[in-house]
Amino acid sequence: MTKRQDAQVSTEPRMGVSRLRRSEFLAAGTAALAVVALPQGGTRSFAMAADERTTTLGSWLRMWPDGTVEVFTDKVEVGMGVATGLGQFVADELDVPFSRIKMMLGDTDFTVAAGGVGGSNSTFMGNFALRNAAAQMRRILVNEASARMGIPADKLTVSDGVIHPAGDTSKSIKYTDIVAALFPSPTFPLRGDGFTTDIDVPAKPKDFTQYKLAGSSVPRLDAPGKAYGHYPYVVNVKLPGMMHGRMIYPPAIGATVQSVDEASIHGIGDARVVRVGSFVGVVATREWHAVKAARALKVTWSAPSTTLPAMDKLADYMWAQQPFKKTAAPPQGNVDAALASGAYEAKYFWPFQTHANMDPGCSVVDVRPGAVTVWSGTQKTHALRQGIAKLLKVPPEQVRVVWVSDAGSYGRGGLEESAAAAAYLSHAVGRPVRVQSMRADNTQWGNKAPAIVGRLSAKVQNGSIVAFDSNLRQFNGNEIFSQPSAPGTFIAAQLAGVPNDGGTFEYGIYGAASGKYEIPNTRATAELIAPFAPSGSPLRTAHLRDPQGPGVTFIIESFIDELAAQAKADAVAFRVKHLRDQRHIDAIQAAAKAANWETRPSATAKRTNAAGELIGRGVAFATRGPTIVATVAEVAVNPKTGKVRVPRIVAAQDCGFIVNPKALQGTIEANVIQSLSRSIYEEVTFNDHTVTSKDWRTYPVAHMRDVPAEVKVVMINRPSIRPGGAGEPTSRTTAAAIGNAIYDATGVRMRTAPFTPKNVLAALTAQSRA
Amino acid sequence: MDQTIRLRVDGKAQSVQADPEMPLLYALRDDLGMENPRFGCGLSQCGACTVLVDGKATRSCVTPVAKVEGHAVTTLAGLGTPEHPHPLQKAFMEEAAMQCGYCLNGWIMTAADLLHREKSPSREQIVKALNGVVCRCGAHVAMLRAVERAAKEMSA
Repeated sequence: MTKRQDAQVSTEPRMGVSRLRRSEFLAAGTAALAVVALPQGGTRSFAMAADERTTTLGSWLRMWPDGTVEVFTDKVEVGMGVATGLGQFVADELDVPFSRIKMMLGDTDFTVAAGGVGGSNSTFMGNFALRNAAAQMRRILVNEASARMGIPADKLTVSDGVIHPAGDTSKSIKYTDIVAALFPSPTFPLRGDGFTTDIDVPAKPKDFTQYKLAGSSVPRLDAPGKAYGHYPYVVNVKLPGMMHGRMIYPPAIGATVQSVDEASIHGIGDARVVRVGSFVGVVATREWHAVKAARALKVTWSAPSTTLPAMDKLADYMWAQQPFKKTAAPPQGNVDAALASGAYEAKYFWPFQTHANMDPGCSVVDVRPGAVTVWSGTQKTHALRQGIAKLLKVPPEQVRVVWVSDAGSYGRGGLEESAAAAAYLSHAVGRPVRVQSMRADNTQWGNKAPAIVGRLSAKVQNGSIVAFDSNLRQFNGNEIFSQPSAPGTFIAAQLAGVPNDGGTFEYGIYGAASGKYEIPNTRATAELIAPFAPSGSPLRTAHLRDPQGPGVTFIIESFIDELAAQAKADAVAFRVKHLRDQRHIDAIQAAAKAANWETRPSATAKRTNAAGELIGRGVAFATRGPTIVATVAEVAVNPKTGKVRVPRIVAAQDCGFIVNPKALQGTIEANVIQSLSRSIYEEVTFNDHTVTSKDWRTYPVAHMRDVPAEVKVVMINRPSIRPGGAGEPTSRTTAAAIGNAIYDATGVRMRTAPFTPKNVLAALTAQSRA
Repeated sequence: MDQTIRLRVDGKAQSVQADPEMPLLYALRDDLGMENPRFGCGLSQCGACTVLVDGKATRSCVTPVAKVEGHAVTTLAGLGTPEHPHPLQKAFMEEAAMQCGYCLNGWIMTAADLLHREKSPSREQIVKALNGVVCRCGAHVAMLRAVERAAKEMSA
């Protein structure tokens, strides 16, 4: 393990805690340990069995005699500051200084399985159980002090961990003097499951308005370690006897191994080959030898199992398919009748995109008889435990997954693939194996976000939308299950012969997802088309930050903009006219105000800047769960090259009570830049047999030169409304806002993303021909 | 054939036994236990592996270890410490200029090279110097603030 210590978010304190795992604790039983409440989260999976519907308070929080409060959660820190925010809640509930808080993140031997990180849930729902547990811990301690002091509990208050009568500090008892009252740790029933997991306690947490730390910009716990370089990353995990492994990826979709020429790596240190079906890996004591061997190994593969369609005809291919699954939102009115007298129609396309994690993905796995340990940057430790257990055919109780930060994950990308590969390799060589994927392993072979096409029809009458019909078609949003709990969700296991047994069916559907406009006649349908291959595909699809959100919102909010143009209405006013919820209206108006939005219909006149670029502005609005976002983008389009610049973006967000304004601002800004990147650059490319996006040249993303001169964030605080999610919502509106701005600048509607010079020029050319 | 290669890393004399063609990155990480230069692409496309070689920002993932024999290598940990921070480290911390932070090494080391050459860089100079560094999370806006803040402190 890393030798350095990070006081707050670290694997190191966790390693210290490991001396207090359940079995060792029972054997020890010393007075010093007697205050330690035991977690019972160890045996719970994502779907809990009936007898696991309780946990001890100590599964969530432990207070130590020195006053340290350890907070156990499976919400890991993926980079937005959620660990800090959750700690702020706990410190506030307990009335202890924030410096007492230690966040213990994502370790299946200690944390309760609550769905892990996903769906912008970590702050949104991750606070439920922790606030309740902290309120209950405070109540137990205050009751104990009440009994000792002979003062009714309701007359006592707590300041900085000291219990005293309200307004009187002459008599007091410190938390640290009575931590024994927390033992034996009481057990409470659980409510909910997965992300909604909560603990049912008699105590009631405070109102958000009573919080002092929550609501303020407490410095992020992870910031010093990251700036000075001692923050623990999984790439730095080192174990005695550890070997380095690399996985060999196929040259084509569905290809299987025919033969492996082991002699081809002879002489590269002690490198050797491990093969399980068509899973092929190399292992060596030196990392460099593993890298060299992976490059040198000669593998003969079968032909691809299928031929991929021409990339520039992907939309046509998708429309030509027979969907295997359909869904619909509840209809309103009679769309067919309303559209019978003539509808306005448009078709849209959103490409395959991918996570392209900064680190291609790293895990260390130590497979021993009866005990498997996995160090991984997964978002979902408890699910990964299930997945690795099934992959190795061992009971999940024998697998421990320890989260250590990897690069940003953004859903189910390529990070966990290294865990599956390392599990096979460690199992084969009987030593701990570290696998760090290479760039192409991740970009080319990681999971992809599905391409989406949309066909929309609507009718505008007297300046209002009277009918709206949307049909969205896509590859399955959850072909590779968001929870890595099934082995067939790993490409390594698929190659080894395990079928993809984990997926569910997931659509992006307008109406269910973001249909907040008041329209009398609506219909929203969504369809899934089959994957190119059931197994071994570099175009298999999974969650990427705000799954389906940017694509669906691009399609819907661009079309709404088309309807505003039809109505010759201002794009902000047109949306406001169709919205009913005041919070929705406030968000869009806040964005417009901060952008000095000029009220006028779009694209009524050509506007140019000094460089001869066409300039314009666009807006988009969406909700995601309880969070509301509106984005205004300004663009400058070079009409000769099709190059789009985005000099300014204003993003307004209402996610209820703001826990940590500075962390939220950083999160929103980063969402804006990443989604800007997805809007103007990102498209997974492929030829007839494989993905050709392999690195940062072939899958370009936004760089510093693409960053708007101004990114303005408007955070609407609602202190009486529980916090919603913030990890994804502002990713949702950027593409539509930019596309709508391109229309305002050029009079040309972008119905194909991303807005690359090629796609923009194609749209401009089509317009001038028409 | 492995060779003995002598390096000076963060002010300390070191030697590694390695294939001279092996990238410096693996020598620093695997042989010398330096944790901050990080593998991101192995192709000199992202900057996560950046170190200073004689003060110049260098991509260690494509630099053969033998090429830096006798040169001074500085890593993020050698740039400053919590006790003696480099202004960039302080500024990145104060601005919380990061999301996952995996790429941060590349940003700070590349910016360090710039700020050591150019005391008061313009926004354009900063953008140009940092344009080759990738941050997939999109923390660029905060990073720009941080570099400008550090530049201000260094030129004050």
